[in-house]
Amino acid sequence: MSVPGRSIAGRVTRAGPGVPRMARLAIAVATAWIVSPPGAPALAVPPGAIASPGSSAGQIAPVTDDAVTAVARQLRCVVCQNLSVADSPSEMARQMRDLIREQLAAGRTPTEVTAYFVARYGEWVLLAPPMRGFNLVLWGLPFVALVGGLGLIWRAARRWTRHVAVETGPVAAIDSADRQRVRAELDRLVD
Amino acid sequence: MSRRLRWLAPLAALPLLGLLAYAFRTDPRAIPSPLVGRPAAVFTLTTFEGAPVRLSALQGRVVLLNFWASWCMPACYDEAPVLESGWRAYRERGLVVVGVAIQDSAEAAQEFIRRFGLSFPNAPDPAGRLSIDYGVYGVPETFVIDRRGIIRGKHVGAVSEAALRETVEPLLAESAG
Repeated sequence: MSVPGRSIAGRVTRAGPGVPRMARLAIAVATAWIVSPPGAPALAVPPGAIASPGSSAGQIAPVTDDAVTAVARQLRCVVCQNLSVADSPSEMARQMRDLIREQLAAGRTPTEVTAYFVARYGEWVLLAPPMRGFNLVLWGLPFVALVGGLGLIWRAARRWTRHVAVETGPVAAIDSADRQRVRAELDRLVD
Repeated sequence: MSRRLRWLAPLAALPLLGLLAYAFRTDPRAIPSPLVGRPAAVFTLTTFEGAPVRLSALQGRVVLLNFWASWCMPACYDEAPVLESGWRAYRERGLVVVGVAIQDSAEAAQEFIRRFGLSFPNAPDPAGRLSIDYGVYGVPETFVIDRRGIIRGKHVGAVSEAALRETVEPLLAESAG
């Protein structure tokens, strides 16, 4: 964060109320993120979209595109750079979507279908790393950085306001000769 | 920050630098296969000539399961002669090379087989089922399956003559029991 204004007056008026506003904004952003993390697994599958496990063999029950996409969105397209299986136009992604549809139609749950891919490609295939083990560092680090950053801002803000108090002291104490000289030089500047 | 603790600031960057130094030394494309050490998924393929290839029928032999494509230039073109000569050199001792052409047209794949005079079984992978089942994410990829049907390794990229020899020799020396 840059120093808001170089003048003493600027520091007094801007640094004070500016920091809590920043903090409020940061907390609001963090809260929004906790409530809905970006790339959170979308496991919501419309009820009735998956065939019951008891459906007769050989008969492919209809699986909605939304149900297939919900699973495909969690999986990394293995032949692309940073595209999900749902978004990739590649042949392999299309084959994977067909496989997802087939497995859902066979009565597997979305979790079982993603587990099938994880067993073959590793956790790498998941676009959102699961929240456990070492991955927790990955999920937690942004919050640690946020809290640390807020702490630094808070400290810096305290230092700025303290400096103001120190710097205003001597200003009031200049003698009349200095005051006259400052006034004279200011007058010359104005002219 | 107090003057006393100022030297801590650059110190805080050290773990990050260490992480970056480590990460830049690793190959981001080398993703370990979770399948290594596990039994190879059984499959039945039909070669371009119409002959069936069953993994279960190959038990007791060392299998190089090679995923390739005719559009995979130049890696697949580099390794095709290596696989062919490896298959010829070691087949008597129990090596089988099985080629799987993925996301390829039958014509282009067969032209590739003719071009390199491949004599080991080669089959298409309809609907990409086998390549997904083996967690393939590119071509060429080669799975090394031992005599007991366990996946012992995965090679990403063109197989070199030396790599083939060093991989296959010790596995051929193992007993099927």
